[in-house]
Amino acid sequence: MGKKSVSYAKYGYIFSIPFVVVFLVFSLYPIIYTLIIGFTDLRGLGVKQFQFLKDPFENFKIILANKSFRKSLGNTTMMWIANFIPQVSLALLLTAWFTNRNFKVKGQGAFKILIYMPNIITAATIAILFQSLLGYPKGPINDLLLKLNFIDKPLNFPQQKWTARGAVAFIQFWMWYGNTMIVFIAGVLGINPHLFEAAEIDGATPTQIFFKITLPLMRTIILYVLVTSMIGGLQMFDIPKLFLLGGPDSATVTTSVFIFNQAFSGSYLYNRAAAASMIVFGVIVILSIFLFRLLRDSDEAKMKKFKKEQKRLERLRAKGVEV
Amino acid sequence: MKNPSIATTRALYKTIVYVVCIFLSLLSLFPFWVMFMNATRGTYEIQQSSVGLFPSTFLLSNWKILVGKSFNPFVGFVNSMIISSGVTILSVYFSSLTAYALMAYNWKLRQPFFTFILAVLMIPAQVSSIGFYQFVYRIHLTNSFIPLILPAIAAPAMVFFMRQYLLAALPLEIVDSARIDGSGEFATFNRIILPIMKPALATQAIFSFVGSWNNLFIPLILLTNKSKYTMPIMVSLLRGDIYKTEYGSVYLGLSLTVLPLFIIYFLLAKYIIAGVALGALKE
Repeated sequence: MGKKSVSYAKYGYIFSIPFVVVFLVFSLYPIIYTLIIGFTDLRGLGVKQFQFLKDPFENFKIILANKSFRKSLGNTTMMWIANFIPQVSLALLLTAWFTNRNFKVKGQGAFKILIYMPNIITAATIAILFQSLLGYPKGPINDLLLKLNFIDKPLNFPQQKWTARGAVAFIQFWMWYGNTMIVFIAGVLGINPHLFEAAEIDGATPTQIFFKITLPLMRTIILYVLVTSMIGGLQMFDIPKLFLLGGPDSATVTTSVFIFNQAFSGSYLYNRAAAASMIVFGVIVILSIFLFRLLRDSDEAKMKKFKKEQKRLERLRAKGVEV
Repeated sequence: MKNPSIATTRALYKTIVYVVCIFLSLLSLFPFWVMFMNATRGTYEIQQSSVGLFPSTFLLSNWKILVGKSFNPFVGFVNSMIISSGVTILSVYFSSLTAYALMAYNWKLRQPFFTFILAVLMIPAQVSSIGFYQFVYRIHLTNSFIPLILPAIAAPAMVFFMRQYLLAALPLEIVDSARIDGSGEFATFNRIILPIMKPALATQAIFSFVGSWNNLFIPLILLTNKSKYTMPIMVSLLRGDIYKTEYGSVYLGLSLTVLPLFIIYFLLAKYIIAGVALGALKE
């Protein structure tokens, strides 16, 4: 058995070659290259030559002290929080409803399909669609709110900082709560049903079951959604870029929009943009370490089970049992 | 149940559940409904009342204005189709191959390699965009689809997903019996393993395709030639001044980009929803 597996081992390497080569060339190399550019004077459209700066950290210092960059970090954080809290709350509420064992929601499949739908539509399209819908003084949403008597005069969404940020947060929320809900429902369905049965026999109410059993057992999944959403939030680009072009008064400029504007418009400050990218990358690495630990722990358990099963099969085979 | 107050609470609970669910469904549909309807309405009509619940007769004139300017939906569609198809085929095939290498063979670096994949799982393409752009610029491949398609061969998240699927779905005895029958390792993968992975391939293909179709950032920095624009870049043109007052045309342009996704989505919604659920990490 041992000899046999050694002779096939080389295929493990061979089959991984395409992945490794492409990863090195198109992922790892650009990351290192970005880092290097962060230490240089590379700027200007079409410029290829660059020199290392006397103070290698100059770009990083300038970026960290840059008011626009700080503001973009603040904007990103605010809009992410304003999208994430309602997103997770509503997703949890819907999860509780859709997995309620005493009352099955009819038409659940259709509701899920409609609620998830905005997630697969091109974000660029959605950004421009909402720009049209939120038109001022006349636009579909203002007209609708006026007709329903929710407001007395049209709201100037695109020109006020807080309504603009609120609108970006709302669009993100609207695009993502369906996705989060489906992930949560999958998590609940993965919980051993005996636990729920036992709790019901003990006379627990559905609310008690949700808060005392479901929620604690979903800790890992909620953490997973939190981390992946944070990493996604740090890259928020399409919506803020196209919805209000970062305005009004840079209130919706996110870090990604900032980096894009530094590098690909104006004076093409590739070096500054690279330094800013690396700072964002640093934050993502810290977040990824959490996620990595999370996935590794749950994977180790899975792999142990798998290996055990393999050993059992080998033992059976050694005994001459047909498997 | 016989207690009337409990029955009332239950009825109230049900009502709230359905009212909220219907409201949220309408919230998903409303923007797109307004968009499709306004695509058929004239600028004057839209200025009079911007929420039209029914179609009008200006579809053709909106179309003429739309394509009379810079927006070319066919070019965007074909380019996006080429890129997304290439990305989907490469990512699905090579992620399966890499996952199979991680699963079926006992090699020394297997565990370190998998740990590495977990570590780079979430690194977004955006953070390395400056280096990526400079690299592509130096090898003269801006305005080419190659740097948009080829990187799909290394998709760590998909490898992770495929490996989890193989762990659950592939009995290694199949591989052993294929060897006994004299099948080469590569042929075994192509003829036996890939068909077993069909359900996983299908869901991952959908997500890969849609993800690539919707991608804006990297194409936006690499493609400057109008004939190479993808659909999302085309859409961003609708934001420009040239369509400023042509409301109907803007809605029509947006509708054209949404329509293919709507068709795919409503045909495959069941699988897509199941795929999202499957992709979620389970304990």
